[in-house]
Formats: sequence, structure tokens, C-alpha cells
Amino acid sequence: MSSKDTLYQTFVEKAELVSAFVTNIDSEEAAVDYVINLCDKKEACQLLASGCEADLSEKAETLCDAKQTKVIAAPGLKSDLYETLAAKSKKSGFDCIDSGMRKHLAGIDIGFTIAEYGIADTGTMMVDCPSEELRLATMVSEYHVCVVPKSKIRANTYGVEKMMLTRMKKTPNYLAFITGASRTADIERVLALGVHGPLELHILILEDQ
Amino acid sequence: MQKADNLKEYRKELQESLDNEFLRTTLDNFAVAYKAGRANAFKGMDVRSLIDDIACSKDAAGENFEALYKEFKENAEAAGIHVHFAKTGDEANQIIAQIAKDSDCKKIVKSKSMTAEETLLNHDLEDAGLEVTETDLGEWIIQLRHEGPSHMVMPAIHLSRYQVGDLFTEVTGSKQDAEIEKLVKVARRELRQKYVEADMGITGANFAVAETGGIGLVTNEGNARLVSTLPRVHVALMGIDKLLPNLHDALRILKALPRNATGQQITSYVTWITGANECLSAEDGKKEIHYVILDNGRSELLKDSLFSQVNRCVRCGACANVCPVYRLVGGHKMGHIYIGAIGLILTYFFHGKDKAKNLVQNCINCEACKDVCAGGIDLPRLIKEIHARIQDEDGHPLPSVLLSKVLRNRKLFHTLLRTAKWGQKPVAEKDGFIRHLPMIFSKEHSFRALPTIAEKPFRDWWKDNRPEVKKPKLRVALFSGCVQDFVYPEQMQAAVELFAANNVSMEYPMEQSCCGLPVQMMGEMEASRDVAKQNLRAFEPDAYDYIITLCASCAAHLKHNYPKLVMDRPALKYRADAFADKIIDYSSFVNDVLKVKKVDFNESKEKATYHAPCHLCRGLEVHDAPRQLIEKGGMEYVECAEEEVCCGFGGTFSMKFPELSAELLNKKLTNVEETGATTLLTDCPGCIMQLRGGLKTRGSKIKVRHVSEVLADNSKKK
Ligand code: SF4
Ligand code: SF4
Repeated sequence: MSSKDTLYQTFVEKAELVSAFVTNIDSEEAAVDYVINLCDKKEACQLLASGCEADLSEKAETLCDAKQTKVIAAPGLKSDLYETLAAKSKKSGFDCIDSGMRKHLAGIDIGFTIAEYGIADTGTMMVDCPSEELRLATMVSEYHVCVVPKSKIRANTYGVEKMMLTRMKKTPNYLAFITGASRTADIERVLALGVHGPLELHILILEDQ
Repeated sequence: MQKADNLKEYRKELQESLDNEFLRTTLDNFAVAYKAGRANAFKGMDVRSLIDDIACSKDAAGENFEALYKEFKENAEAAGIHVHFAKTGDEANQIIAQIAKDSDCKKIVKSKSMTAEETLLNHDLEDAGLEVTETDLGEWIIQLRHEGPSHMVMPAIHLSRYQVGDLFTEVTGSKQDAEIEKLVKVARRELRQKYVEADMGITGANFAVAETGGIGLVTNEGNARLVSTLPRVHVALMGIDKLLPNLHDALRILKALPRNATGQQITSYVTWITGANECLSAEDGKKEIHYVILDNGRSELLKDSLFSQVNRCVRCGACANVCPVYRLVGGHKMGHIYIGAIGLILTYFFHGKDKAKNLVQNCINCEACKDVCAGGIDLPRLIKEIHARIQDEDGHPLPSVLLSKVLRNRKLFHTLLRTAKWGQKPVAEKDGFIRHLPMIFSKEHSFRALPTIAEKPFRDWWKDNRPEVKKPKLRVALFSGCVQDFVYPEQMQAAVELFAANNVSMEYPMEQSCCGLPVQMMGEMEASRDVAKQNLRAFEPDAYDYIITLCASCAAHLKHNYPKLVMDRPALKYRADAFADKIIDYSSFVNDVLKVKKVDFNESKEKATYHAPCHLCRGLEVHDAPRQLIEKGGMEYVECAEEEVCCGFGGTFSMKFPELSAELLNKKLTNVEETGATTLLTDCPGCIMQLRGGLKTRGSKIKVRHVSEVLADNSKKK
């Protein structure tokens, strides 16, 4: 097996260990279809395991009620890809946005982003997000769908160190390692997903052209 | 938080924890799961060298912190960040309150920060009229309950889902069930609106990287990202211990931190913030960011040649995860704000002597924390040193003064022991136990029977029975320690028998005395040093190939602490190094040096299990030798659960905290009984005293013996 394949396999194995959903795709359009499909299957504003029926304080309820249709946020995409996504969203009856995330803090259904690198030994996505819109898309979404080109998978964090430094030196910068969904074990050490951030992380590995 | 005024009150508080069934079960389950999880997370990695590298780089960063701070500040300011330095916790809190005032902030969301706990930031902010909400789930829960964290990484580990359910019912004003998944979602939605309303976000920092002027945040929940993104002002509060020269050093720590903390390979989110970021709710579209760098005694610590290593702490909480005492009583009783082993130390430096004086005594010296620490900090040694310092400042309690007086004078000590033999006559039974506890022991000590002093101490037996070895292949000296000399001489005799049969010639220097560990445990450093000197003079290290001791605690103390104790006396230090080099424990000597074989022993086929003394497995890193010897010695070895966990003896610890000692022993013996073995073997007379005494009280038939005894029994060479 080539070293590239080993890296890829380790990456998938480690990402799945932290309950990320990993899928291979062979084009960017396939990523768009994946997102539309996922959004379609998903219930609107579905706080898994505890739906909207859970009683909340008044203020929290109001924030939740602010959201009516399903929303896909994809800030920071190349314009042609964004247009494809927007068109397909419209056809399926979803809102598609690339800005104005602050109006959607109650939550959006899907945040769609592209990672700079994958880190094999921990199954981590390195997402550079100095833009606030992009950052929020990865934080307030219920599902985060993130694409990484296969050729951008590196062995470990030392393998992305130089790239990180280059970016960090172009301040301001906000860079994140994202590994699996948001999680907590604060109550009785029982693992629960999606405490503040996404409940699910979907990784799409893009075959190199 | 630690409130007790004296040891008696503190013991009462400890008892409350012992009676808390839920806490005990949670911590027990956690301790077992943690060990497996950690081992798995580090699988295939060279953990030792990773820890060494971290220690090295943190030490260098500590030495260099002034230059690092300067570089960090310059780079951060160039990227539009305001950097403040706070000498004390109060100063840090004032700075932050002022920032809030100047930028007209009313509502604050916080992401978990131990440093903010240290400075009691919330109190001061609330006093200044600000609304502060913790967003880390565990922190939010304890904030709502007006408590402090009970673990560094899992602050609400002491609470049950039912307690959280009730709490959330109160908070939301509508009934919540105790289903964890649902409770987490309630928090998600309740806290989301707090982020929306907040105008200031406060975080800590795990790394402050000088070369970029940026910080790194390690979280699982993702709250630190929201806290540092949504509000228009961001304040990060961090100690100078977070300063690192470069990103590489941070990435290296990141390899160890989550693995050591929770057994995760990495946390869900690691966020790197460099420069004043975009903020769409700010007027100029830029976030106002402030870094508050806190000293609060850290720079003083860095100047101390012994305590500077505290700077290596990365706040992973592992030292609490493995601590048998923490496991019994939890963080509210084993720490003030910082908890566990590091908590005992930091409490003294950050929160003062009064808060620390009881806590530092609650360490059994099992070294589990030292073994696991991500920074390789010698935590038990520092804890003992603080205990000693506090006694030097406050005056020494009578029992430790007496004990040190006695131990400093070998003849007096030995005379007392010989007299005790006569004194115990009326209460001694034939089976080697004392029938009624003497008056000085109260009821709490009755969890284990105490042994009687032997008829004839080893040193007297030696005079008459010293074997002559004609053609010795090795020359060794024996160090008996006081327990084997005066209580269990048969263990030494068994060793002598086997050594002679294997052509080992032996010396037993008569001037030797107690190793001195008991007084060191009581914080009597001077006495410990004096006793060490006595023993160093009694032995002529160059004259022997090895110096053997059958007591794991003595062995570890002689080997590791003697050279440190006489560090300031070059001539003695030289001798102590030579002495320490020759020290070996019984099992390693017989298994690895003499290389005895299975054919040398008769098979008894008896089922035996093992208790690994703390000072053998961690103190000397001996793991395989005794287990191999059990098999070679003709017995069938059955592994016991948690074999390397402390039995609760800890010398004087079991006198001071009998309730804790009893619980540790209880757990140990239950595990032992579950193996179905008929014999329990170990390598330390102290452990034997504890285990035998406990089994006797339980009415168990299991025999407890030193490995040396069964080997001598089964040896074909006599
Ligand atoms: S030496 Fe043992 S008892 Fe003492 S703090 Fe460390 S782990 Fe706890
Ligand atoms: S002292 Fe060591 S084990 Fe304890 S929290 Fe600090 S780094 Fe972790």
C-alpha cells in the first residue's frame, strides 16, 4: 500500500472512532448532492433525542421559535459551487445562505465548509476560518458537513505546523482543529454529543482529480 | 473548597465524602475506566520520552518567561490585541472589570478557565454589577449550585443526573427528567441565548505562543469557540505558565494533554486565535481582544530550584485521576480550588498556608501521580516538602517531634522497641497479633489487627546465625529496615537462607537504623536527613556488589531520596550516590541477578496472588521480577484486579487517617479475595502488616507472606 493510502486509511479509522461519518466523493458536485440529501432526510431544527417538545425557559423558547424553514449555510465557497448549492436548495425548499449567520443563532440545519487539511493520526479536520460567517457555520449548525481533498491528508499535527504558521502570521487569524462532533461527559461521565456545537460531523473525502 | 481549621475537622469532612455512596461509585468506576482509556490512547507511543520532552521544554520556557512574555506581548499587540500583566489575582480581576466598564459590557459568557477559578473572578465581576454565565456544561452546573469544581477536567463529576435534573427544573421553571441526553440538550438551548445576549466573552488559554502572539484553546464542547466569536469583546486570562516559545511546543503538549486528561487522542476542538479577529457585531468590524497574563506567585515559584517544576503542569487533571485518596474523597476534600496532587501544592502557593496545612497531610505517598504526570513533576516529593515547610513555620506537632527525636538516636530507638516487647506481653497473643489495641489507638484503628514485636530481633539472630559462605560469587550487604528487624525477622532469615544457598556472602552492618521515611512522611526533613547520614556512615558501599533490602519503601527511599537529602554536602553526596547505586530490592536481586530457575524449587501448586507495593512498582519500576519469582518458586500466580493500587498503609498515614486507610485496605482485600488465591504475596513488610492485619480482622484464611518466605520454603537447595 502506498503511504498515501495508509494515511487515508488511518484518517478514516480515527475519524470514525470519534463518531464522524466519513464518505468518499469524486467531485464537488457530489458534495452538494450529499448536503441536499442529508438536509432532506433531517427533521427541521431537530435537537436529536430531545425535540422541540422539551420544555425550556421562555427566553430559550423564543430564540428557538425564530427559525422556521430548514437552513443550509455555506459561507466561503467558490461562487460557482455556491450557486449550484443555492439552486438545488431552492428546488428542495431550503434556505441557502452565505452570510448573515448572526440572524440564525438559534441554529441552522447544515453548515457546509471545506477544510484545508486532514490530520490522519487523530482524524482531525483543520479548518481555517478567520471569517466570522465561516466560523459560525461550523459552530451553530446541527450537522457540519466538511470536505477535505484526499491529497491534503497529513500524518500528524507536525505535518501541518508550517502551514499553520504561515496562516497565523497573516493576522488576524482563527484556525481550528475539528475532530468529531461537539461532546461532553460532564454529567456522570456519560458521553453526550452536540452540547454546544454540531451534533454530527460528516466528512467528505474528495478523490484527487 | 477547603474550610476545616484543624485536622480533626478535616477528618470529619473526609468522613462525609466517605459516606457519599454516589460519589464513591462514580469515582471508582472512573478510576478503573480512566486507566484503560489512557493506556489505549497512548498505545504505540513512547510516553516516557514525550513526557521528558514536555518537561524539558516547559522548564526552558519557565526559565525564560520574561523574554517570552515580551515577545508574546509584542507580537500580540502588533496584531491588534491589548496585553495586560497582573501581579495578583485581585489585580487580574480588577483589570477585567475595568475592561468591561470601559467597553460598556453588561453580560458576560465564560468558557472554562481554571485560572479564573484561582482568582475567584466571578465574584469580583458580579460585585461590579456584571452578569456572568459559565457555558461549559459542568461549570454551568456548579455555578448554578454555587459550588467549586471537584475535578479540573470534569468539574461536576460529583453530581448525579438526578441532581442535575432537579437543578435544571428549577432553572427552566419546567419539569426536566433525569435523562442525560436530554439534560445536555436543555443546556444547549438555554445557553445559546446567553451567547446571543453577551457583549463580553472570557476564556482561559491552554497555550500562549510567543512566536505568533496567539493563543490555543482545547475544548470538547465547542463553547470556547462561541465565547470567543459571538460577543464583541474577548478577554483571555492565563498564567505565565502558559507561555511557550513556539507552535511546535504547543503541538507537542497537545499530544499528551487530552490523552492524559480523558484518554482521548485529541479533543473535539482545538482553536488557535491570533490577532484581533473579525467581529460583525462590533462597530469597526473587529473584535476587541485583551490578554491578561497572571503571575500570582508563579514567578516566585520559578526562582525556587525545587518547586520551579510546578510550571510544567498542563492542567490535565491526571494526577487526580489516579490518586487513591482523591478516589475516596473527591476534589472538594482533596484540594481547595485546584485539586488532586497538584492541587495540594498549588493551594499552598496560590491560596496560602492555612488552606493547605490539612490538605498536604492527605497524601499517602503512593507515587501514582508522579508516574502519570504529563510534565513529569515529582508531585509526592513536593507535597512532603510543603508539609515540612508548613511545620517549620507553624511549629511541629508533638508526635512528629517525638518520633524524630527517637529516630535520630538509634540506640534509644532500639531500646524502646525492645522494651515494647515486654510491655506488650499482657496483650500479645500466640498468633503474633495484639489482642486489644493499646490505649493510644482509638476505635478507628480497629480495622486491622496489629502485630506484636518479635521475640528476637533480626540483628540478634544474625549475631548467632550468620552463615559462612566459602566461595562467594557475590558479596552483599543487608538493609533490614525497622519492621523486618523487630517485627518480621523471619522474612530476613528466609532471605539469608536462600542467599547462602546460592553462594552469596552477606554483611549486616550493626549501626544501621530505620531508613527515615516515616519522619520524612511526617514532614520532619531535618530528622530524615540525620537518619540518612547515620545509615550512610554505617555502610561501606564500595565493599559490596549490592545492598539488598526486602522492604520496597526502604529501597525506594534509600535509592532516590538519600542523594537528595545530602545534596548540600559534597562528600556525603558522593557516598550517597555510590550507596544508591548499589541498592536493589529482593525480587530483582533473586530474579534478575541470581537468576534462580524453576528447577531450583519444589512445586507446591498453591494459588498465589500478588500485591505490588507502591514503592516497588512505581518507586523502583519493578514489575515482572516478583511475578516471575512466584511462578518459578513453584506456585500458581493468579492476577488480582488493581494489583498496583496502594493498600492504604502509607506508614504514618494510616495512623493519621485511619478511615481512609481502612477503605483503601477494604478495596484491596475484596479484590484479593475475588482471585480465589490462598496466599497473598508481596515485597514490603509495611504492606504485609496492613494486609495481614486486615485479613485477620475479616476472619479470612488467606495467608500473607513476603516473596522471600515462600521461596525459602520451596527451595531445593538448603
Ligand atoms: S502520592 Fe499518591 S496519594 Fe499522594 S497525591 Fe500522589 S497519587 Fe495521591
Ligand atoms: S500535575 Fe501533572 S498530572 Fe497533574 S494536572 Fe498537572 S500536568 Fe496533569
